[in-house]
Amino acid sequence: MLNTKDILETIEMIRTDHLDIRTVTMGISLMDCLSSDGAVFCDRIYDKITKKAKNLVPVCEEIERQYGIPIINKRISVTPVSLAGGNLGYDDFVRVARTLDRAAADMGVNFIGGFSALVQKGSTPAEDALIDSIPQALSETESVCSSVNVATTKAGINMDAVAKMGHIIKKTALLTADRDSIGCAKLVVFANAPDDNPFMAGAFHGVGEGDCVINVGVSGPGVVRSAVEKTRGASLSEVSEIIKKTAFKITRVGQLVARDASMRLEVPFGIVDLSLAPTPAIGDSVARILEEMGLECCGGCGTTAALALLNDAVKKGGVMASSHVGGLSGAFIPVSEDEGMINAVNKGCLCLEKLEAMTAVCSVGLDMIAVPGETNADVISALIADEISIGVVNSKTTAVRIIPAEGKKTGDIISFGGLLGDAPVMNINSSSPSAFIKRGGRIPAPLQSLKN
Amino acid sequence: MKAVITVIGKDSMGIIAKVSAYCSEYKANILDISQTVLQDYFAMIMLVDIKEGEVNFGVFADGLDSLGKDNNLKIHAMHEDIFNSMHRI
Repeated sequence: MLNTKDILETIEMIRTDHLDIRTVTMGISLMDCLSSDGAVFCDRIYDKITKKAKNLVPVCEEIERQYGIPIINKRISVTPVSLAGGNLGYDDFVRVARTLDRAAADMGVNFIGGFSALVQKGSTPAEDALIDSIPQALSETESVCSSVNVATTKAGINMDAVAKMGHIIKKTALLTADRDSIGCAKLVVFANAPDDNPFMAGAFHGVGEGDCVINVGVSGPGVVRSAVEKTRGASLSEVSEIIKKTAFKITRVGQLVARDASMRLEVPFGIVDLSLAPTPAIGDSVARILEEMGLECCGGCGTTAALALLNDAVKKGGVMASSHVGGLSGAFIPVSEDEGMINAVNKGCLCLEKLEAMTAVCSVGLDMIAVPGETNADVISALIADEISIGVVNSKTTAVRIIPAEGKKTGDIISFGGLLGDAPVMNINSSSPSAFIKRGGRIPAPLQSLKN
Repeated sequence: MKAVITVIGKDSMGIIAKVSAYCSEYKANILDISQTVLQDYFAMIMLVDIKEGEVNFGVFADGLDSLGKDNNLKIHAMHEDIFNSMHRI
């Protein structure tokens, strides 16, 4: 029989430390839905999504009960709509967004991602139209998530797209101003966007993927914090060891759920994403892990080093536990979704510049950060350019999900509720980068792209 | 399928009897059982075999949960695979 200690450890991880499966995301290709008629295209994508995903939520609920582990989100990602709808225009894309929203609601999933464009080197007329339609699409839908990939290490940075995204983000904030600019919480700008990411808002079903696939994202900052707590006074080598062991256990659960879901749904298993994704719940925070390592407050000196250790140990521990690892895989540091981060910002210990430094050593990027509504579009574009450069030069994914909260000032709080949490509005350096942004063009790919 | 039932709470009379009676009601065969009492704290772990097809595991687990609540205990039933996955390579 299993060891009593091991059994009780698992129970404690789930009941006390918030171990959960953050998301089971079904990726669905829309490439067989093509039509030059927007209405036909919408009908086809609705039919395809509802056919493929009809058992997704019931199967996930069965798995939750069988293993006694919560699956927080059930989600769908689709082929970037600007590719599948390559001959559509602005109005058609808004209609597609409404269709995706309806399909998601009918399937009972929390979010649907893939209202996306990949424009790292240049954009087609459809991609331009889709990007233009993002503010309206996000203001008229509940669960649609949008992403735009503006750079890769191979292609460099499309600064025309970066410049445009500053304005798109501002407009999205304005159109959803009545709901604390929530549209911006569902819009992410990427460098090196992964094709198989199960996490929102950046999930889409990449072009190299099959027809349908199951990707699973695990979580567990609470479990890691609790494990680190037991190493007080020990060296950082020991801290790293215990994080690795814990990440292994967490990931094994993800692998189990992924394999079982894939078998029950008769859909191939894609990847497990080894991410530490925090929630606003007390005890489920990445910032608190860093503080548990010995920092007085997240954001102080030492934060980047502690995060680098954490991110590396999570990957090392998790990679052996799953047959296929992918997606974003690393520690997330969203401000509004992490109780410890919010606390650090409110105390004045964590600033935007420190967050940017932290993103150089962990996954994702400047995530769920609220800035004053009066922030200029060019400043937002320049912030995107900075963050994206970190990703391009370091051959990693980085992203920006920023909320210029309409009508709010530094120190105000905006509230989205649920997993999106509450965000304190942070100060942003407003010196003008306009002349730089207006230059446009492309920042060439760095030397490390020439690996052949 | 094999499931692990864990019972955690303050020690009192007849805990094992209640859980065993519940299992027999659902035709769950008890394969192994272990218990520890640390001061007043009681932890029992039971490995049971449940006939799939005859018994809905969700209903079985929910029933145990409410049995626990009635007796001031925390009772969980989970598929053994989650423990095997986590703790065995």
